[in-house]
Amino acid sequence: MLKKLVLDGIDWVDARIPMTETWNKHLAQYPTPVNFNFWYFFGSLAMLVLVNQILTGIWLTMHYNPSAEGAFASIEYIMRDVPYGWLLRYMHSTGASAFFVVIYLHMFRGLIYGSYQKPRELIWIFGMLIFLVLMAEAFMGYLLPWGQMSFWGAQVIISLFGAIPIIGDDLTLWIRGDYVISGATLNRFFALHVVALPLALVGLVFLHIIALHEVGSNNPDGVEIKQKKGTASEEAKGKFTFHKQYSGKKDIIDAVPFHPYFTVKDIMGVAGFLICFAAVIFFIPEGGGYFLEPPNFEAANGLKTPDHIAPVWYYTPYYAILRAIPDKLIGVVFFGGSIAILFLLPWLDRCKVKSIRYRSWKHKLNITQFIICFIVLGVLGALPATPLLTTIAQVASVGYFGFFIALWVYSKNEKTKPLPTRLTH
Amino acid sequence: MSKAPDNSGRRKFLTLTTGVVGAIGAAAVAVPFVKSWSPSEKAKAAGAPVAVDFSKIQPGQLIRVEWRGKPVWIVSRTQKVLDELSTLDGKLRDPASEQAQQPDYATNPLRSLKSEIFVAVGICTHLGCSPTYLPDSFSEQVEGVESGFFCPCHGSKFDMAGRVFQNVPAPLNLVVPPHHYVSDTQILIGLDKGDA
Repeated sequence: MLKKLVLDGIDWVDARIPMTETWNKHLAQYPTPVNFNFWYFFGSLAMLVLVNQILTGIWLTMHYNPSAEGAFASIEYIMRDVPYGWLLRYMHSTGASAFFVVIYLHMFRGLIYGSYQKPRELIWIFGMLIFLVLMAEAFMGYLLPWGQMSFWGAQVIISLFGAIPIIGDDLTLWIRGDYVISGATLNRFFALHVVALPLALVGLVFLHIIALHEVGSNNPDGVEIKQKKGTASEEAKGKFTFHKQYSGKKDIIDAVPFHPYFTVKDIMGVAGFLICFAAVIFFIPEGGGYFLEPPNFEAANGLKTPDHIAPVWYYTPYYAILRAIPDKLIGVVFFGGSIAILFLLPWLDRCKVKSIRYRSWKHKLNITQFIICFIVLGVLGALPATPLLTTIAQVASVGYFGFFIALWVYSKNEKTKPLPTRLTH
Repeated sequence: MSKAPDNSGRRKFLTLTTGVVGAIGAAAVAVPFVKSWSPSEKAKAAGAPVAVDFSKIQPGQLIRVEWRGKPVWIVSRTQKVLDELSTLDGKLRDPASEQAQQPDYATNPLRSLKSEIFVAVGICTHLGCSPTYLPDSFSEQVEGVESGFFCPCHGSKFDMAGRVFQNVPAPLNLVVPPHHYVSDTQILIGLDKGDA
């Protein structure tokens, strides 16, 4: 009786919007390679953190006062007087850092398994746009507490636009809406942080997933799970039913439906993630001064620069590149270039083999040196500049950009290992 | 709908003209959105000039005033400092102030109207931090130079005329704001002499 009622209800909805169809196409009958490993947790985790940021963000907005006079005090009010305000804020501030942890690992996965390669270029481009919007979102969010580091960090970053010839000064004036960072800047950053950029972010995530489901997921072997129709054995195809959008034109091999197989696996990942996330929120919410920097516990003061201005940890690699170059304009060009060049990755890599498992020692070495340079730059960007550290940052910057140049050179005629015909697991 | 067969030339023309007119409208609508980001009348008013009485300044002292939310320094330079300034040319990026970082009347070796009083915006030309005044201990930063300004953010160094030293991230000398002396003890920051 009840069952019939539910089924009738589903039919009623399905006759009006494609609910079951969408569920099947993107979850219950979406073919997912069987050999997904640890590195495949971070896509769904990124979505979880996005939901966390949106929810806690909405709740923080209910108590926050977006004005130069009231912002700093309202953060103190949230921390001390609002019931559970401290928890909501720490979930949001830790969530920002967690977002970048998860996104960096997600990007690393794409890098080692060649998930950016043809035909997944657009997935990578959408992903990079998400990364870019996320950086803008985090930067604008960091101004909102109106602490010393909020103020001076924004001062440094907005000044970067001043390096652009001719229009630079007018552009920075336009961005700030005042001759200095002021309440006008705070209010526009607030509007962008809570409305405009989250909308853009959600839209881009949607496009990222639609693009992914159109071409299908890559996997640690980097070989496709779709074959020409009628060529795969029954054993390879397995016993699962996949949506005809995927199985209609191709034979699907070595795949399982996303739901319930990977939904359950991803929930395991969520559990592991939440243990770490909660540990930070409850025991080291300031992240040792890296998630919330000590000068930010002092209200913004335009007449007093903190002794040492460092960006939050997720920007430090690019900031180290900026500082390593003694010329302001060239520094800014390379700073922007360090992000822009990532967009070109699908075309800089000319190799046909995707996964690092079957690529040459040159590629393994190149990725290793790239990761080392990236981490070294990240560490240096948080430290005060000294002549020795600047020299090291210069070397690491060469390694960072060298990765892309070297990749373009050797990938054309790379000596790769033979690919398996089936996924290995 | 008319029963007449579709006139494709006409259809194309209508689509194009509608599209162009629509695009012009959209561009026009963008104006208020873009312009609203410019400084408001209130912000402009807050950028009005500031009068400073410097009659009580001690030799070697720096007084800091706020103009347009920026720190402006008024520094009293001793004869010793002035003598030192003329010896530094080889160590500076722009010793003759060729870059337009100061009004014409301050484009001179001491970058000031009066030699003993130096006025500058105390914001580093690298990334906008405020440098620290080191009246006695600057030789730790540049050997043999007793006083100057050192930026704690990225290590840029400036002499007592706000001129930037070589091999530091800051590209330009410190900005000298428009200013003039109203009397022997009062200076007006933010306005050139003769401007209303």
